[in-house]
Amino acid sequence: MFDGLSPAETQALLLSLRVSFWATLTSLPLGLLAAHALARWRFPGHGLLNLIVHLPLILPPVVTGYLLLLSFGRQGWAGAALWDWFGFTFAFRWTGAALAAAVMAFPLLVRAIRLALEAVDPRLEEAAATLGASRGMVYLTVTLPLILPGLLAGAVLAFAKAMGEFGATITFVANIPGETQTLPTAIYSFLQVPGGDAGALRLVLVSVAIATLALALSEWLSRRIAARIAGR
Amino acid sequence: MTLEIRLSHSLPGFRLEVDLTAPPGLTCLFGRSGSGKTTVINAVAGLLRPDRAEILLDNEPLHHLPPHRRRIGYVFQDARLFPHLTVRGNLGYAARIRRRRPPGFDRIVALLGLAALLDRRPGALSGGERQRVAIGRALLSEPRLILMDEPLAALDEARKAEILPYIETLRDELALPILYVSHSLPEVARLATTIAVIEAGHLVAQGPAADLLSDPQIAPVLGLGDAGAILTARIAAHEGDGLSRLELAAGPLRLPLWLPRVLGAPGQTLRLRIAAQDVILSLSRPEGLSALNILPARVSALHLGSGPGALVRLDLGGQHLLARVTRRSAEALALAPGQPVFAIVKSVAVARDSVGHAVTP
Repeated sequence: MFDGLSPAETQALLLSLRVSFWATLTSLPLGLLAAHALARWRFPGHGLLNLIVHLPLILPPVVTGYLLLLSFGRQGWAGAALWDWFGFTFAFRWTGAALAAAVMAFPLLVRAIRLALEAVDPRLEEAAATLGASRGMVYLTVTLPLILPGLLAGAVLAFAKAMGEFGATITFVANIPGETQTLPTAIYSFLQVPGGDAGALRLVLVSVAIATLALALSEWLSRRIAARIAGR
Repeated sequence: MTLEIRLSHSLPGFRLEVDLTAPPGLTCLFGRSGSGKTTVINAVAGLLRPDRAEILLDNEPLHHLPPHRRRIGYVFQDARLFPHLTVRGNLGYAARIRRRRPPGFDRIVALLGLAALLDRRPGALSGGERQRVAIGRALLSEPRLILMDEPLAALDEARKAEILPYIETLRDELALPILYVSHSLPEVARLATTIAVIEAGHLVAQGPAADLLSDPQIAPVLGLGDAGAILTARIAAHEGDGLSRLELAAGPLRLPLWLPRVLGAPGQTLRLRIAAQDVILSLSRPEGLSALNILPARVSALHLGSGPGALVRLDLGGQHLLARVTRRSAEALALAPGQPVFAIVKSVAVARDSVGHAVTP
């Protein structure tokens, strides 16, 4: 499928893309909510929420992975309940890799959306209300369009972070080819076997390309938000 | 349409207590910054929840409605155009929210001279253009009431002069009450049909603009430096020497009034603000004087301030002038209510921005 990549490498790349895509997509609504709460609401526990959101950025990834294993493993409090009620589990599945990636990427996503939200002038939302827009309509027609570039920039950054996630993923869902072996864990595996350097190097190049592209796209979107807020 | 506002609201170190009636036309809420003007207008819009509020538009209560159900067109000091939309998008915003075609879109665009701006973004507009778009956007939301919070305060004199005629047109052509917040007396004198003066959260005076502006008791509250009454006069002719001759209806008399060339066609009625400090009083008709306008009048009220000045209200057969003289002169002339005097107004003293369109009754 990809010239120069072996089937195993292609499989790791495609899995990484799938894991990152779903990790980003599913964390967007929650990220929007968390960013909104942090940017706009004052409530007891504001500082705690801020801490929890940012924790994965500071904790060693292996600790985050272990905490996920404790909660969402088959024996974990949440994992056991999910299994008993829905017959669903994150443990050693690609969905678990997506969960780990989402948690690790969440701080980046929330930060980007929060910055965009804080740049929105609440007086514009007041103006929209006087023109007949209900709160939901104000959000849809003023707030969301204004933060859209920031939202996309955050999503791109989260996607890139998810593509590179290693520590939490390998701790939580191990390194099973075809199920939980993403780009970084595949590179790690290649480096563990004699003669795997070539495969590792190819995947490294792919990773570098994806990260560069994502960063450039995110930068461009950030400039768009500045232009949008200024009304140019 | 009449708007009635009864509010009370407490803020740290400040208490607002207002009972205000705004009849049809343009009601100016006049006061210094920090006097509570914006609090009142925001409470009417529903952007602020006062402790106690009763807001009735033609006896219909508005105070229990959220802002988006009040059908109020609000023109903010800072325009607040949506930066992600073009001028057309901003103007059509309210209609899109209500999912219907903007009513009278072309008429409003023509009225405010916006046709050339429609495809531009707010960032590419001048301050005056932005404010015109904001006025258009508010009008196109099918409001039952217009609120304007110092819409000219952020503009320079040239831009103000550009917008003022549009606001006069709104006042004269729309059948909507306009509540207009301002701290600029010349602006108030030019636009208001009714004035409400607010000081430290309380109304200290309210009434028809011509009455309030010529009231020597109120003038010190409004600001002595800018004190001046408004007159209504009809353009009679534009003379060859650069002057315009106006006719002032003073009871049965038609008094001539010469001003530097004014805008407008003969026959049109204008509203003039004559600053109190530009009026000179004389007991007899002066001879050999360069001033062109000598108006027979009668002293109707006198207010001696604590300083060296005195304010004299003059009756010109139904219209009123305000003159600011020194106490010494007032005493030397023995001015008293009922006394006939001549008011002298230099033609060039009437600044161009003090001439506006009159409210058509």
